[in-house]
Amino acid sequence: MIKFDAVSKNYPNGTTAVDALSLELAEGGITVLVGPSGCGKTTTLRMVNRMVEPSAGTVSLRGRDIREVAAPELRRGIGYVIQHAGLFPHRTILDNVATVPLLLGWGRKKARKRAAELLELVGLPATMAKRYPYQLSGGQQQRVGVARALGADPPVLLMDEPFSAVDPIVRGELQAEFLRLQKELHKTIVFVTHDIDEAIKLGDNIAVFRTGGRLAQFDTPERLLAHPADDFVAGFVGQDRGIRRLSFVQASGLPLREGPVLPVTASVAAARALDEPWVLAVDAARRPLGWAAVAGLPVGGTLADVQLAPLGHTFSLAGDSARAALDAALLSPSRLAVGVDAEGAVAGVADAYELSAAMTETTTVTPATADTPATADAAVAPGATPGAAEAGEPAGEPGEPGEPGNRPVDGGAGAGGPRVTGPAGAKGGEGR
Amino acid sequence: MRDGEPLVRWVWIGDHLGELAHYTGVHLRLGLLPVLFGLIISVPLGMLCHRWRWVYPPTLTAANVLYSIPSLALFMIFVRYTGLTERTVMIPLTLYTLSVLVPNVVDGLASVPDPVRQAATAMGFGTVRRVVQVELPIAVPVVVAGVRVAAVSSISLVAVGQLIGQGGLGYYITRGLQLDFPTPIITATVLIMLLALATDALLVLAQRLLTPWARGKGAKA
Amino acid sequence: MNDLLNQLELVGDWLTSSQQWRGDDGIPHRLLEHLTYSGLSLLFAAVIGLALGLLVGHTGRGAFAVATLANLARAIPTFGLVVLVVTLAGLSTTPVLVALVALAVPPILINTFEGVHGVDPDTRDAAKGMGMTGWEVLLKVEVPMALPLILLGLRVAAIQVVATATVAAYPGLGGLGRFIVDGLSRNDYELVIGGSAVVVALALVVQAVFTALRRAVVSPGLRAAATKS
Repeated sequence: MIKFDAVSKNYPNGTTAVDALSLELAEGGITVLVGPSGCGKTTTLRMVNRMVEPSAGTVSLRGRDIREVAAPELRRGIGYVIQHAGLFPHRTILDNVATVPLLLGWGRKKARKRAAELLELVGLPATMAKRYPYQLSGGQQQRVGVARALGADPPVLLMDEPFSAVDPIVRGELQAEFLRLQKELHKTIVFVTHDIDEAIKLGDNIAVFRTGGRLAQFDTPERLLAHPADDFVAGFVGQDRGIRRLSFVQASGLPLREGPVLPVTASVAAARALDEPWVLAVDAARRPLGWAAVAGLPVGGTLADVQLAPLGHTFSLAGDSARAALDAALLSPSRLAVGVDAEGAVAGVADAYELSAAMTETTTVTPATADTPATADAAVAPGATPGAAEAGEPAGEPGEPGEPGNRPVDGGAGAGGPRVTGPAGAKGGEGR
Repeated sequence: MRDGEPLVRWVWIGDHLGELAHYTGVHLRLGLLPVLFGLIISVPLGMLCHRWRWVYPPTLTAANVLYSIPSLALFMIFVRYTGLTERTVMIPLTLYTLSVLVPNVVDGLASVPDPVRQAATAMGFGTVRRVVQVELPIAVPVVVAGVRVAAVSSISLVAVGQLIGQGGLGYYITRGLQLDFPTPIITATVLIMLLALATDALLVLAQRLLTPWARGKGAKA
Repeated sequence: MNDLLNQLELVGDWLTSSQQWRGDDGIPHRLLEHLTYSGLSLLFAAVIGLALGLLVGHTGRGAFAVATLANLARAIPTFGLVVLVVTLAGLSTTPVLVALVALAVPPILINTFEGVHGVDPDTRDAAKGMGMTGWEVLLKVEVPMALPLILLGLRVAAIQVVATATVAAYPGLGGLGRFIVDGLSRNDYELVIGGSAVVVALALVVQAVFTALRRAVVSPGLRAAATKS
């Protein structure tokens, strides 16, 4: 889709922003360019829409050298989002979003209709349309920035640190929203950030740059965490990469045992008979109610008479990651993590030792992230707007393995063993 | 102009050095005292506008309206009260400076970073001490930028005062016209420009000495 | 206070006497002269100042020269310049108009430049990134965003021109300044104060015109942001 072939950018003062970069970005996926400041990641991004012209090498888009097209024309077909949104203060929100359609000569009415659809798509109320940028919060402005970039429904989106100027809570919201949008639109996205957590959360593929504009590693997030190419990458992804890697391991494959599970109607005597320090009370549908410490049980009666300790949180076999399972074990009063199936019924329990033993055996990984719970995605899909429907880029069909645009929504509870999806990085080693 | 008359008769300048120096002094007084008075009015007025924002728009409009009135007309209105005196020139010139100085005082105070203001309050500065010791010094570069504009304009406007007999070096401009003799006109015009530019340079220098922390940033005019 | 009323009465008497409204010495003729001088010179100055200001602001080339020129221009005593032009070129309108244009160009030029140059680089970057050509960036983004400053420059220039055109009566030109200068030489205070009143009225109209213009052409998105800062 987007191909860099031995691309360099040198400045007259002798600095090299990008050094002999060769990289091929897959269609329909999010590629994150990440690295410390001055590593050339923004320069690389800006070479795609000719905001920066390379000193050497060629950049091609769908097999065509981008220099064959006049720069303004090229840019109208590529969405562009920058850090502070760069909204036009003298135009209303609606007219900001209508900018590119108007440049393309759509006519005012059609352009505004399209803009209104896009505002809805990015989750802004229609009442905002008539406002001016200064009346919006930073997060809202950034949403407008994204909507504006989608104006002419471009197949490619360039995003230069789009979420880094907002506070962490808003950033989290914007990131989740962004992943939801991408699931609908299947754009080919190049995303620049200096934040490795954001890169891992959003990227189907990640290109780590080192200072001096050289590519250090190009890989899927899970492979980046599991096998950093060198000390620089290992240092950059951070010391807790072992834990973070668990985000990419599906909880569905973890071994669970039945353990001390009792219906809430069971007698105290039955609880004692299990000879466990804690018992888990469940209702008639096996939904977990809480923990009971056996040592503190009264002489007679049933578990229903007992004050239950709160569950902490459970993990879902139908979408959560191994990281969520481990966390559930660490926070549980009984030190046992409770796994539930898609209906919320207890599938079994495991402690941290059992979990970690299973995790170290797990060598296969999938590109699911723990941060996009299946429920959020499912809730949004029916709301697809006409704008999104038109956006049908020929990205992979849902379920097609190896297509980075598709995140497995359904972990397949009880399917046995972690689902293996071939890493999109078949070309993962390229440029190294 | 008479045929054969040169643009500048240097001899004339040599003959009038003492007189030129005298009128230069008068010119500086007429041009710069209004800036001083303007500053004395603008600082408290600007602080008021900064404290109560609703005061600002009407104040600014009033200052702008005063500024838009041609000096000749304003001199004539004041002649009735203050006669053909220096005051009649200086009062309108003082009023003119307000349209530059008041907004610059307000902008200067607005340029004080909020954390600085809060830190000062947290350290126990009272309102008055905080304004005098923290906020005004920080506002100095922006205020001086305004003073520079006001001083340059004021010095070049003084000459019009000659129409009521109080124009400093403007004396030579009317004199030259009456005698159809360009030398004094050119001399006075150039001298007034030099005075304005020298004053501007001195103000830049003064600001550098006054606010060593702002050096290199270059206050915007 | 009595005196103020007295003065207003003088103005009233002068304005209502019918001789002020006829002939070459009447208010309509003088006002027309004044408006012609001011309007023509402002028009020429606007063409020159806007073109140069947009060019320098858009390309960023020549910024230092523009700033220096504006500083120098402010230092020129307008009275001296007008009298000098009349002394050297004789009493005719064109040389004085040239001087007025020269005085009006710098404020338009510097403010247009500052307005265009001061456009947020992020906004300019976004405009280019969305596929605007250089002209489109200038006309759809930079000029609308610079309008508040461009209008300020035009207003300052207009004030300057109206005031200098008044002073130009001293070396013999027409316009509203005639009333004041003639009144002074004849010791006719009623004429002086009446003429001053008309000049003040004209200045207020100019001020009002620019306020209305600002309301009409500056985007609310910019107006609100400007009063906020």
